[in-house]
Amino acid sequence: MSDAVLGKDLVGLADLSADQIRAILDTAEPFKEVSERPIKKVPALRGKTIVNLFFEASTRTRISFEFAEKRLSADTVNVASTGSSVSKGETLVDTARNLEAMRIDMVVIRHGASGAARFLGDRIRSNVINAGDGKHEHPTQALLDLLTLRDRFGRFEGLKVCIVGDILHSRVARSNIWGLTKLGAEVAVCGPPTLVPREVAELGVTVFRRVEDAIAWADALNVLRLQLERMTAGFIPSLREYNRVFGVSSERLARAPKDLLILHPGPMNRGVEIDSDVADGPHSVILPQVTNGVAIRMAVLYLLAGGSPDWAAGGGEER
Amino acid sequence: MRRVLARMASEIVERTADGGSLVVVGIQRRGVELADRLIPLVEAGIEQPVRRGELDITLYRDDLQAIGPRPVVHETRLPPTLDDTTVVIVDDVLYTGRTIRAALDEIADFGRPRRVLLAVLVDRGGRELPIAADVTGLVVATAPGDHVTVRVTERDGDDGVDLLRGGADA
Repeated sequence: MSDAVLGKDLVGLADLSADQIRAILDTAEPFKEVSERPIKKVPALRGKTIVNLFFEASTRTRISFEFAEKRLSADTVNVASTGSSVSKGETLVDTARNLEAMRIDMVVIRHGASGAARFLGDRIRSNVINAGDGKHEHPTQALLDLLTLRDRFGRFEGLKVCIVGDILHSRVARSNIWGLTKLGAEVAVCGPPTLVPREVAELGVTVFRRVEDAIAWADALNVLRLQLERMTAGFIPSLREYNRVFGVSSERLARAPKDLLILHPGPMNRGVEIDSDVADGPHSVILPQVTNGVAIRMAVLYLLAGGSPDWAAGGGEER
Repeated sequence: MRRVLARMASEIVERTADGGSLVVVGIQRRGVELADRLIPLVEAGIEQPVRRGELDITLYRDDLQAIGPRPVVHETRLPPTLDDTTVVIVDDVLYTGRTIRAALDEIADFGRPRRVLLAVLVDRGGRELPIAADVTGLVVATAPGDHVTVRVTERDGDDGVDLLRGGADA
């Protein structure tokens, strides 16, 4: 389908053009309103069957996808690795092929292995949406971050966004860097040297070693969670020391020349990477991010089902 | 077009003379501009304010799985509830009736109006569903291959209705 905005799968923002990213953001706008209706449901994906295949723990992303699917009238099934045949040793592809034998249309996958979404997408006919694969990408999270930034700033050209924290283990950081740079924003990262991969500079990203310098430079901070479950070696001396050196606190923000917008993909470690008064403060958009997440996922599902944004550009349509 | 809209507005006034809360809802896209022009005329006629709405029926289409390029989704803005109102749906061209079928489904998800009326600028025939307009600006006899387009100043620079006969590559 040559007119489609997206291909068969959504694996990462590295694969998308700036126009494709903008088309997803534009499509998400009208979907915001659907969630405000008395009956929060439209029939666009009626009859489509979607499997949410989550091999890693997730609350926000899984529920957000599920709401998006249900509000588009799709039928959904959730499969978690525990309590399914995955725990009996079935491979990812076998699991997916068995699901496909039951005639499904889309798979939303979260997996601990980087590249799992592409691997699966290349082997099954259904649309595959990456809901986070290892340290690779988490495209819908970055898209909802982009939508939240666009809501507040109205533009990306020249916008300065710094991603703070555990860059090394973060698929959110990777997807954000791809998306922001493609849309013309200036991107920086800040974190302890052990958690900032050296290659990040090759993506055209500035590296700050001190969070104070990042705060002085940026228009918005995207504060990442310290991913303790992925840390197999001693990357930081202690959580307390991390908070003392890199924690985003209201004292540090008070010294900035302007008010910074504060994003966090959740779940937050309050008192570690972000202090409570910042997370709950007037410049935090952490909850609007969650609201936007449903709209973004509705837009992605709709577009993968074949939606296109340029049909109505011409004269009056016939009815 | 101004004369046609004035006549349509007075017909809407006649048909809603029994009072009650009136909501005029334009269907994206050109139905919205037409609704915005009808509203002040209707307000002058019934001497009370009329609420406006915009409806995008893309997500209610019955052909989403069948056609190639899909339409962009535009905004839907309606009053918080349509319960016990009289809703006037405004669209530019009435053809197969499928848009109106979708609009009726969507309106039902926003409440239970006391009555729903349909006002169209051009009725070109060719219905595929049992749907008829209550208020019609123009009736044009067309064949299936023909194209009828409405231009409105707000969006297209000027007002007008174009009929392109099918077969000829226009």
